[in-house]
Amino acid sequence: MLSVVIRRLIVAVPLMGVISFIVFVLSSLAGGSVGQAILGPTASAESVAALNEKLGADRPVLVQYVDWLGHAVTGDLGLSVVSGVPVADTIASRIPVTMSLAVGALLLVIILGVTSGAIAAIRGGITGRLAEVLAVLGRGLPSFWLALIAVLVFGVNLAWLPVSGYVPFADSPSGWIQSLILPVLVLGVSEIALVAVVTRAEMLSAMRSDYVRSLRANGYPWKRIVFKHVAKNAAAPVLTMVSLVFVSLLGGTILMEQIFGMPGLGTLMVSATTKHDLQVIQGLAVFYTAMVVVVFLLTDIASGYLNAKARAR
Amino acid sequence: MSAVIEGAAIKEQSRRAAERGAGFLPRLVRQPIVVACSLVLLVIVLACVFAQWVSPYEPLEQDLQNTAAGPSASHLLGTDQLGRDILSRMLHGGQVTLLGIVQAVAVCAVIGLFLGLTAGTLGGWVETVAMRLCDLLLAVPGLVMLLVILGIYGNNEAAAMITLGVIMAPTLARVVYSATIAVREELYVASARVAGLTSFQIMRRHILAGVTGPALTQISIVAAVACIAEAGIGFLGLGVAPPAPSWGNLVTDAQNVMPISAWMLVPTGGIIAVVTLSLTLLGNGIRDAYMGRSSGSSKAFSWRALAVKVSQAESPAGGGAAPQGQEPILSVKGMTVGLPRGSSEVTIVDDVSFHVAPGEAVAIVGESGCGKSVTISGVLRVLPMGAHVTAASISFKGTELTSLSEREMNAYRGTGIGFISQEPISSLNPAFTVGHQLEEAVRLHRGVGKGQARQIARELMARVRLPEPEAVAKKYPHELSGGMAQRIAIARALAGEPELLIADEPTTALDVSVQCEILDLLRDLREQTGMALILVTHDWGVVAEACDRALVMYAGQVVESADVQSIIAHPAHPYTRALLQSSSVGIAPRQLLPVIAGTVPAPGYWPHGCRFASRCELAEDACRTGPIPMVTLEESSAARCIRTDVDELVRT
Repeated sequence: MLSVVIRRLIVAVPLMGVISFIVFVLSSLAGGSVGQAILGPTASAESVAALNEKLGADRPVLVQYVDWLGHAVTGDLGLSVVSGVPVADTIASRIPVTMSLAVGALLLVIILGVTSGAIAAIRGGITGRLAEVLAVLGRGLPSFWLALIAVLVFGVNLAWLPVSGYVPFADSPSGWIQSLILPVLVLGVSEIALVAVVTRAEMLSAMRSDYVRSLRANGYPWKRIVFKHVAKNAAAPVLTMVSLVFVSLLGGTILMEQIFGMPGLGTLMVSATTKHDLQVIQGLAVFYTAMVVVVFLLTDIASGYLNAKARAR
Repeated sequence: MSAVIEGAAIKEQSRRAAERGAGFLPRLVRQPIVVACSLVLLVIVLACVFAQWVSPYEPLEQDLQNTAAGPSASHLLGTDQLGRDILSRMLHGGQVTLLGIVQAVAVCAVIGLFLGLTAGTLGGWVETVAMRLCDLLLAVPGLVMLLVILGIYGNNEAAAMITLGVIMAPTLARVVYSATIAVREELYVASARVAGLTSFQIMRRHILAGVTGPALTQISIVAAVACIAEAGIGFLGLGVAPPAPSWGNLVTDAQNVMPISAWMLVPTGGIIAVVTLSLTLLGNGIRDAYMGRSSGSSKAFSWRALAVKVSQAESPAGGGAAPQGQEPILSVKGMTVGLPRGSSEVTIVDDVSFHVAPGEAVAIVGESGCGKSVTISGVLRVLPMGAHVTAASISFKGTELTSLSEREMNAYRGTGIGFISQEPISSLNPAFTVGHQLEEAVRLHRGVGKGQARQIARELMARVRLPEPEAVAKKYPHELSGGMAQRIAIARALAGEPELLIADEPTTALDVSVQCEILDLLRDLREQTGMALILVTHDWGVVAEACDRALVMYAGQVVESADVQSIIAHPAHPYTRALLQSSSVGIAPRQLLPVIAGTVPAPGYWPHGCRFASRCELAEDACRTGPIPMVTLEESSAARCIRTDVDELVRT
């Protein structure tokens, strides 16, 4: 088990280094300096050069990168070139918003996706077919469009829920929940069917297996076969799917935060992108990559626990 | 000689590969949904490409009399907040989005195909490096990287879409890689290699044919993702700058006019949805076409469909050997088993009757595909989904099993009738230790607590002669040898103290020396417990070693039933004789084993008359005219043959 974790970490840590380095190199290749980006195209060459020197942006890329990396490992991601606020602080203050969204949607996806997939595998009939149709729709319908429709129907026409803003949990737990319902629903809805389809397929393939035949032939009650023997074998691939879904949900939060006016990492990313705030973009790229790496690591550990064969490998 | 055979084999394989390739396109265009989606996409692409000529207005042309209006004769899809024609803006905006899709797909296809094909065909370190690279790229969060690129390169859509193509490439590479591996391992590539074709020729001829379907499916998914991503970028205001239209920023416009009119949401989001849905459905259609299945075939499966449909037939039609002496523990009369094939049902086991006396060991013998396993599965009612069992009577210790519900039937499985299967390792759940599985069986069948179950499980392991039970109990099935796993499976079947053990080819998957040990074990266990045994096998050595009586099955029917000794000494049915001759039992050493010419007719293709006639030396016209009944020969033996008398003459 420990060796799996270590092997994953051996890949993960360089990955974050590689991503941050790529971002650095790309930004140096982009032409137009940081100073230019901040001051705009109309600024004079002297003022741009002065700003570049002040920011250290006139040094070679590699020097800048090593400098940045040296600070990054201590948790210092530099200052935003636009606002002058430490990037790490800005990111930290916005994590709760994005995580409320992503984790909320993930829970929704797991609970509804696995349940409906299991029902489809056990009972058959319309549920399985429905899940496949919904999976196609979920993949096909743009989430930002669905979000606007949801705002229109539930927020404006029915006026059931707030359509904008985020209430911190500490301020008002009920307000927090209300502010999350719509974005979490829209974010999660397209992924539910995907998880359901995988759950159903994995359970069905376990149900066709030789060991289930032997268990049935030896008189095991069906509930024990399905909810113990089939479930444990189907769990690992479903978990892998869920981890991929989480990565996609993380990306989806960017759009949801933008539409529902929530001050999370996504809105930070979009505004940094519009303002060419490279320090913030750099910090966010590393942070998101770290999130993905952590999720994959947890998935590996859980899969190893569920699947003795994977552990042996 | 061998070169000739090889040449023929290659020709055959190539023909099959060609057939598969030829079948792909017709199967694809036969699906109405594929045709419909292709047409929709074609119309949209053409309309966008020729937007300059097709669209009714200039994209920036304003009609200030009609702002934020719904559909009308002059503006088919209405106007936006500045009175610009939405249809015209959509057609022009589509050029941006479609170009983005093409860029992403092209980059993704080039990288993905290259990595996947080289890794799959070359193998070795290239394979390792390429797949590691894919793992690395898979961990990159897509949308975030797109924004990074846009942040650096400022509203440069081409850069963003090329990045998307790179990010999506590893998934395609993996799909292509596994398809390549699958093709590579197939016989025809192996034989092509033997024939001296170069790697490049192999790649061009076979692998590309096998990879096309999976790759196209994945590419259509990439296109759909690219469409949504491009629109998302436009929606966030990071794509082409307004007032130039794109599908994404049209949705932003729609969001802005939402307070006045919600209409604009419909066409602007709708076009994105239609394109991505069409691409997704097209991908599904391609997948169905190369997998060679019509959509909807696998959808009826569920756990509930595993419950076997059982119906009671009239009195037995065939004259099964009548039980004599003791009351049999199991008596099967006129059992027929059907499995679903397409929308109809095909009979696998046809009107089979037999009985097992208490403590008796009965062998069911025959070639593969004769219905041996399905016969015992029919008795246990553990069959693939959608199966149908019809029988006049299946009675176990006087209880009529056909009239029992699935739940009632379950009370007899495990405790009354135990079961062990052919593949010992895969018959155990890979996710639990074998000790746990054995204890579970004990607790289930004997209703004892944890501690006691543990003790009984250890006793059972000792009884099946497993060395070091403590160490073995902690292992997972894949860590055991086949022989050890089969001992565990036997111990599990013994947990319920069954009076009848059904063993489906219990030694076929094992080494010869282990086979003997397992057979010895089964015989000893039978002596100790007095349980009866049904042993399915195609090995006469096993029959002679372990059984009292044998049923020979051919093409779904019992063709002969007799005591093992007399059947080996005097087989009555020509098929039994041929089977015996092709095995080593009763044949002088060093004599060549003859092989029965021809194959067993498949279920659904059984002839009206004797099913063995086409392979039988003694067949005459009378054999082919109608069904052959079981003929009782002596008091305990019967054969489904009208030429047994001639037989005797021929033999003596």
